Amino acid sequence: MSPIFQDANRQQIANRRRKDVIIHLLFIVATSIGVLALCALIIDILMDGLSRLQPDLFTNFPSRKAAGSGMKSAIVGSIYMLIIMLPVSFILGVGAAIYLEEYAGKNRFTRLIQLNISTLAGVPSIVYGILGLTLFVRLLALERSLLAGAFTMTLLVLPIIIVSAQEAIRAVPKSRRDASFALGATKWQTVSRSVIPSSISGILTGVILAMSRAIGETAPLVMIGAMTYINFLPTSLKDSFTVMPIQIYNWISKPQLEFKELAASGIIVLLALLLIMNFSAILLRNKYQKKY
Amino acid sequence: MQSDTPQANRKVLNTSTSITSPNAFKNNRVSVMNKMMPIILFLCASVSILTTIGIVVTLFSETIQFFQKIPVLEFLFGTKWSPLITPKSFGVLPLLNGTLMITLIACLVAIPLGLASAIYLSEYAPKKVRSAVKPVLEVLAGVPTIVYGYFALSFITPLIRDIFPGAGVFNALSAGIVVGIMIIPMVCSLSEDAMSSVPRALRDGAYALGATRLEVALKIVVPAAFSGIVASAVLAFSRAIGETMIVTVAAGATPTLTGNPLDSIQTMTAYIVQVSLGDTPHGTVEYGTIFAVGMTLFVITFLLNILAQYVARKFREEY
Repeated sequence: MSPIFQDANRQQIANRRRKDVIIHLLFIVATSIGVLALCALIIDILMDGLSRLQPDLFTNFPSRKAAGSGMKSAIVGSIYMLIIMLPVSFILGVGAAIYLEEYAGKNRFTRLIQLNISTLAGVPSIVYGILGLTLFVRLLALERSLLAGAFTMTLLVLPIIIVSAQEAIRAVPKSRRDASFALGATKWQTVSRSVIPSSISGILTGVILAMSRAIGETAPLVMIGAMTYINFLPTSLKDSFTVMPIQIYNWISKPQLEFKELAASGIIVLLALLLIMNFSAILLRNKYQKKY
Repeated sequence: MQSDTPQANRKVLNTSTSITSPNAFKNNRVSVMNKMMPIILFLCASVSILTTIGIVVTLFSETIQFFQKIPVLEFLFGTKWSPLITPKSFGVLPLLNGTLMITLIACLVAIPLGLASAIYLSEYAPKKVRSAVKPVLEVLAGVPTIVYGYFALSFITPLIRDIFPGAGVFNALSAGIVVGIMIIPMVCSLSEDAMSSVPRALRDGAYALGATRLEVALKIVVPAAFSGIVASAVLAFSRAIGETMIVTVAAGATPTLTGNPLDSIQTMTAYIVQVSLGDTPHGTVEYGTIFAVGMTLFVITFLLNILAQYVARKFREEY
């Protein structure tokens, strides 16, 4: 090889290396934009909302004046909705997952259900709102009640629970089931005493994540008419209610600056609650995670 | 020794038979449970099918009623949307235009950034950086959309109005950018999943030939994971179309057929929210618009989701 040719080669290699370094930097910049956006969001909200983060926010009902306005009814409404949703969505979601993983035969119908669940996960949340409005509010005459809201949100989060529970159940090794069968257990005994206990941490993690999705969801509840101005606490399942994101939306859409600050402080409460839920999901995952 | 064992066995057998009889009831219950549970569990699973049927039937029946009053062609090709104010007109194109504009801006933000982050995390990042960045992206994905709406209105919009003084308080650009930020984690994690399932041997082969990391990433990993990447982009597109609260808060409520991202617009989702916030009586044409627009939204996102699944399955490289 002539020296000139070698130089050209060396030059080319240097160029390729330089390109690698430059684009590496570009990739880092691109990745940090996402991280920076999160920082900007949190700082923006803390700066706007910290001054309004006072006991009034938790103890007072919303009012027309920003001073002394609170989100007591919204916080209670969100919590009530979660309490109703939790058992319903847990039973339906985990039940469906157990059926699909343990009982369903490998046939077209099973594939249809599976395809259907992944499609449902991609349906915009507002469409669930339309379904809830027609099915629960009108057809079942639940009116604009806590129960209608909880049922609508249950349908919305079911695909999330089913998919994560399926993954958790699938991770239980076959040897566990075989051991149970070998001891003479029936199918259901095997499922309920061996498979579910071994996968419960994964299942619960999925359920908590689904609940945190539900607590932040606004659009479907706006559709079914969870109201924005509620100055009482719901006492029965058929009472009207409001939730935190809707109260926040109501405050955002008011023109005065004080309400914007109120919205920001409401967001701080919402994010804090979400953080606690997600953190407990992570703890749960780390504590009970089993490796097979 | 040998004579002992059968005796011991018999003893065990005897005790076990004596246990069976008081447990007969319990065993009966066990077998009933065993027979009942598959049926109960099947019913749980069928809720998902019923949900889909519910959505389709609801949207279809009300939409058909709507189209008996308003011609389909007027709805699909009309260029003016003002169903709540007289003179009423029911052309969905302005809403569709608003939705597509938001979606396009969001994808222009999310797909390059999400893809670049995915390549960085899967091919370049040291383990420590990876384990720090991934949770941050997960948090970003878990932030409620109403919070993003606030962020758009109180942070991004003022920035945009500083740069473009002509921009309105409500504009498509701000909402579009924030919808983009919201779907970055989705693009990133789905593409990264696709890339990390490309076998190590392919990369090693390219490195052995003297390729740089960039060449490995762009010429080996990305082409091999291409189906997953395209699927993630399609899903992101569909997610942006269905996004509601960010656009309701930050993009305005004026359905106009404009190409200017600094204008106030209205998307299909924001329109549905607008109507349901008001006191539109059940059974009127105005009320029917919710379903017609909802149906349009559902059909578009449904087709996109099917497309994403098809692409992911059909064009997957098998190793």
